[in-house]
Amino acid sequence: MQLMSPSKADLVTIRLTRPLRPFAKEVVAFLGDLSEALVSDYRVRTMPDVYSFGFWCRRAALSAMQRDYCDLDSRLGRGVVFHVAPGNVPVNFAYSLATGLLAGNSNIVRLPSKDFEQVRVITESINAVMSLLVHQGLRDHIRLIRYDRDDHEISSELSAICDVRVIWGGDKTINNIRRHQISSRSFDVTFADRYSACVIDACVYLNAPDRSVIARGFYNDTYLFDQNACTAPHLVMWLGSKEVVDHARDAFWSELHAYTKERYRLEPKSAVDKWANALRYAALHAESQIIKGEDNLISRLLISRLEPGIEDSRGNCGFFFESQIDKLDQLLPIVSRRFQTLSYLGLDKAVLQDLVIKGRALGIDRIVPIGRTLDFSLKWDGYDLINTLSRLLTVA
Amino acid sequence: MIDLTAWHALPPYSLDHKAKEAMLTQGLIELTVSHTARCLPYRQMIDALGFNPRAVKTAKDIPFLPVQLFKELDLFSVPQEEIVKTMTSSGTSGQVPSRIYLDRVTSANQIKAMTRIVHAVTGAQRMPMIVVDSPAVIKDRVLFSARGAGILGFSIFARERIFALREDMQLDIEGLSSFIDKHSGSPVLLFGFTFMVWQNLYKEMVSRGVRLNLTNAILIHGGGWKTLVREAVSSRMFRECLRETCGITRIHDYYGMVEQTGSIFIECEKGHLHASIYSDVIVRRPHDFSPADVGEVGLIEVMSVLPGSYPGHALLTEDEGVILGEDDCLCGRLGKYFRVNGRLKDAELRGCSDIYGVAKVLNHPEGLTHGG
Repeated sequence: MQLMSPSKADLVTIRLTRPLRPFAKEVVAFLGDLSEALVSDYRVRTMPDVYSFGFWCRRAALSAMQRDYCDLDSRLGRGVVFHVAPGNVPVNFAYSLATGLLAGNSNIVRLPSKDFEQVRVITESINAVMSLLVHQGLRDHIRLIRYDRDDHEISSELSAICDVRVIWGGDKTINNIRRHQISSRSFDVTFADRYSACVIDACVYLNAPDRSVIARGFYNDTYLFDQNACTAPHLVMWLGSKEVVDHARDAFWSELHAYTKERYRLEPKSAVDKWANALRYAALHAESQIIKGEDNLISRLLISRLEPGIEDSRGNCGFFFESQIDKLDQLLPIVSRRFQTLSYLGLDKAVLQDLVIKGRALGIDRIVPIGRTLDFSLKWDGYDLINTLSRLLTVA
Repeated sequence: MIDLTAWHALPPYSLDHKAKEAMLTQGLIELTVSHTARCLPYRQMIDALGFNPRAVKTAKDIPFLPVQLFKELDLFSVPQEEIVKTMTSSGTSGQVPSRIYLDRVTSANQIKAMTRIVHAVTGAQRMPMIVVDSPAVIKDRVLFSARGAGILGFSIFARERIFALREDMQLDIEGLSSFIDKHSGSPVLLFGFTFMVWQNLYKEMVSRGVRLNLTNAILIHGGGWKTLVREAVSSRMFRECLRETCGITRIHDYYGMVEQTGSIFIECEKGHLHASIYSDVIVRRPHDFSPADVGEVGLIEVMSVLPGSYPGHALLTEDEGVILGEDDCLCGRLGKYFRVNGRLKDAELRGCSDIYGVAKVLNHPEGLTHGG
């Protein structure tokens, strides 16, 4: 096992560290300094994901987040949080760590085994900021480690000492880690494989003055992570009459194509997989329509009706199901527990909120505008992470 | 189902571009129409594509299915009681195998086509055959795989057959020597998977210091070069090493797959894989699937007129390759000749379906100025 940060620390003392209050002054100061270090680092200019993290944890943003909570005076961190970061998203670990700190905990973070430059830059910055005298008090609240994911002994040991285990999936990783016992009072917070969809009011889209901005937002939601983030929409539902929807679809996809062509490199294997996906779905569902674009960048499958189980046919690297709906509540029957993010354009968010809550939907944890699906929030996947990762003191 | 009498009446490499294109395109249209009528999942794919057989101008316009679909769907175009054989294969262990359903006619056509294609390099006589494998591979039903199917397929050319490897995969030198002595003077068919010919025959002979005299042998091998490429063994080196250690000069690689059994592509004396009259090859550009030019690397699509009982007449493989020319190979065969470069590598995806928190700086122009 490799200890990446802080230097010369050990794993024993972390267990003895006392919890902090959520949004503790020293944590906010530390993250604020880290934010400044990152956004002013010249290397970060070419790393938009690291920059985003730096921007997310600046002081002003943190105090805005804090205003969402009114019972912080009676809360303390739960103790030690063991974070298992996903292997293929470099910056995820930093958000997980920051969340654990903000909730008042000491944090052991398993970094991705791959040596991402983003991870190196953030780790270096953490070490540098931590070396400042003013932040010494937080030294035992952070352990960044790297070890072979097949090393069950280490996973087992860390699982045994943590109060909360935060596992960023997929489902396979979660099941792997779950084989290791946690103590009887501890619990897991798991972020499993999820499915996301998008709904667009066709009429509003056609009247939107900023179609290229919308294309950019949708591109960031999807292609930026090969449409493989659980927040990335796989299904685009068009609200409106068939005629208006057809117009809107033509305009939307050609705008997206123009934007994507300049930026996205489609692997040959992905092109074949998308083709196979489209044909497989068509083979098993009558009245599907494979839309032939000018190339393989955007693969689209127009389906005649929304059917439960659609999340089982997801593709990636730009593979979209499309469907026309006349009324919003037509989307409810397909919403299963796997549904995470519903992104939208041209709709009233209160209406969408009603749709989920009054419609008693089985899934959908987030409703966000197109272009914002990747924005991290302390409320994620249906959890309020500050409340989940802290304990509430009741005084009668 | 189409009638292949016209194909069986022609020598297997006798059609030039124009003649072949006409005959092949017509055959493929008929197959597409026939499968559309008889195979519901295939029809739904064809409908989804809005395909119109009348609009087909060349074989390039025929819809092509990725081979992986045969692992995921049961595709056949004959009543189930007419299926006489189900071929399965799995590329790598642990994967779901392809399932290919054959009726009597398709199976017979496969054998007929393969016989004619192989005879074009071996001559029409049946020969003593040495299989570079262990007899276990065809005995054990569990192990029965593309390897076993290939051996059985080629065994139709054998007069007498011996396995070069014992059950424990060790080279059976005594058995081989007496077999070779017995048949000295007559041509012998040596058949095996490329990596096994290298690993279990060539390398074994070298390490044991044995030199079998295989001067009369015709080696037909296939299955791909993945393992050998890792060991930096080129096709030329493969040939030279075999010639030096056992005198084999007639060596033919072949390219084929269980999804199109029979219409295999076999290597000529000039080292090029050839399409026979039963089949053809199109190389497609990955970014839009348009046909690539001669000499341009892309995805290999294989076409065959043999699949009558299942819609496998136009298949997009996951192999990369390049068309080297048509009708003008120095070996004299007409038709396209090509090279296979190897399997596509897996895309390394970001995301992993468990992510958040990333690059949306573009949405925050104010953030950019702050940072820049």
